[in-house]
Amino acid sequence: MGKTFIQKIFENKTGKSVAEEEIVFVEPDYILTHDNTAAIIKKLAQVQEGIRVKYPERLVIILDHIIPAANVASANAHKQIREFVKKQSIEHFYDIGVGICHQVLPEKGLAIPGTIIVGSDSHTCTYGAFGVFSTGIDRTESAGIWITGETWFKIPKSYKINLRGKFRKSVFAKDLILKIIGDLGADGANYKSVEYQGDGIKNLSISDRMTIANMAIEMGAKNSVFPVDDKTERWLYERGIENYQKIRADEDAIYEKEYSYNLDEITPQVAFPHSVDNVKDISEAAGIKVAQCFIGTCTNGRIEDLHIAAKILKGKKVHASTRLLILPASREIYQQAVQDGTLAILNESGAVILPPGCGPCLGAHQGVMADGEVTISTANRNFKGRMGNKNAFIYLASPATVAASAITGKITEPEEL
Amino acid sequence: MKVFFYNKDNINTDLMFPGKYTYESSDLEFIKEHLFEDLDVNFPKEVQKGDVILAGENFGCGSSREQPAVGLKYVGVKAIIAKSFARIFYRSATNQGLLLIECPEAVDYYKEGFSIEIDERNGNLKIGDKIFQFPPLPKQMREIIESGGLLKNIKKKIS
Repeated sequence: MGKTFIQKIFENKTGKSVAEEEIVFVEPDYILTHDNTAAIIKKLAQVQEGIRVKYPERLVIILDHIIPAANVASANAHKQIREFVKKQSIEHFYDIGVGICHQVLPEKGLAIPGTIIVGSDSHTCTYGAFGVFSTGIDRTESAGIWITGETWFKIPKSYKINLRGKFRKSVFAKDLILKIIGDLGADGANYKSVEYQGDGIKNLSISDRMTIANMAIEMGAKNSVFPVDDKTERWLYERGIENYQKIRADEDAIYEKEYSYNLDEITPQVAFPHSVDNVKDISEAAGIKVAQCFIGTCTNGRIEDLHIAAKILKGKKVHASTRLLILPASREIYQQAVQDGTLAILNESGAVILPPGCGPCLGAHQGVMADGEVTISTANRNFKGRMGNKNAFIYLASPATVAASAITGKITEPEEL
Repeated sequence: MKVFFYNKDNINTDLMFPGKYTYESSDLEFIKEHLFEDLDVNFPKEVQKGDVILAGENFGCGSSREQPAVGLKYVGVKAIIAKSFARIFYRSATNQGLLLIECPEAVDYYKEGFSIEIDERNGNLKIGDKIFQFPPLPKQMREIIESGGLLKNIKKKIS
């Protein structure tokens, strides 16, 4: 009987045969933490004062959640983290401004196919775009792995999602993943490993795959994964990564469920408040007035996303009844958008350009809404209170839909412009 | 023992502890004060040691923030019985030494006023006068819960 991706990657790591539902102990290749590193440092001290991290070279620490510091508490946390990094000789440390962790980790060449990455952030699943097994854990478990180097996993059952075809104009990866989450539900893939397969993958850029993998958690999945192909190899080569293992499921692997999507048939989708699986065709959202439009985050803050927005907004103005926030996901993207003129176009349209971080998405700071206001956002979550006000409403859509909506001040299908 | 019955699905960690507080403080009293703030504002005032929570499918979905699990352990919640749990929350609760029981039939059967008795060793759950079975915990997880959480478990191992 053939084996799934998840079985093979854990067999590769443990050197023994693993079955579904089995619990195995492994040493993750990298452990990502961000601003919550400060809380993890405290937990470390609870176990033993002055304890050393077992494998400092496996820690990846990226400051992104509240940057620049919004208050004394976050400033103190950042300071404490910088001191810890020095004391424990952590080489993979990226201070504020480098970018959002899920963008930076791959950019720095750390999302290596065939490896296992855990992170104290639920969107750690993003690296599935590169054939990595990656998943979110909590702060306590991160502290545990810092000390012992290892943790346990229960090998999940797998789902397969077949993709074929090619998106039509004005349809993007975000529309596809929203459609999938709407169909499967917020717990539709709970505990499962989701494998994307099929001919359609070759028509998806690395950025598209990251958008899709990023949102695996929004259907409850433990992880999702794309096969490594020419596009992945080229992307990795440009970042100096040439040695890695391409782990693929066997042809005759057994899946608990299989789904199939034809990319040609996908239309622009919108997730309505207050859950990510409350997804409807854009025609049902058309005309809803928006007080704020937000393009950015680890889901859709890449250069491709900014290019889409700039194409739509070029020579146009953000409608007087709304405001547009643009947030490049990393310094690398920011720099590229400066150099190729994208940020100039967006700035001229009336957008507010924010530094590469997470602030608005989780309501930490920047872009908090007033009571009763509506935001249309490219983020991955629209939970009640998510952007800092429980009396506000968040709709999720593609960068094209958000850009088009910024021009009209109401939810607008990109093709109409 | 009081039972908090939240008869709905997909109760996410933002409702249980709003994101805007996640980097403010990890002080336990602070977490308690805001626990379930967008779900049930009375919860911190009413909850007492030994209480039980009942909920629907996919309890604890969303963010990996651990304050909900930390807070529920701190206020002394004895167990959470739900139709299903989101996976990060399941790990997170285990890491705090909080007992989770997945038993959809029991949640469907429960009515206000019913008593609840839990025998986690044998996987028995008595709701009113009816007994439900749930799969006992795997050994690794039982050890963590019995030590009072992952860090206490590690502390025991390394000392």
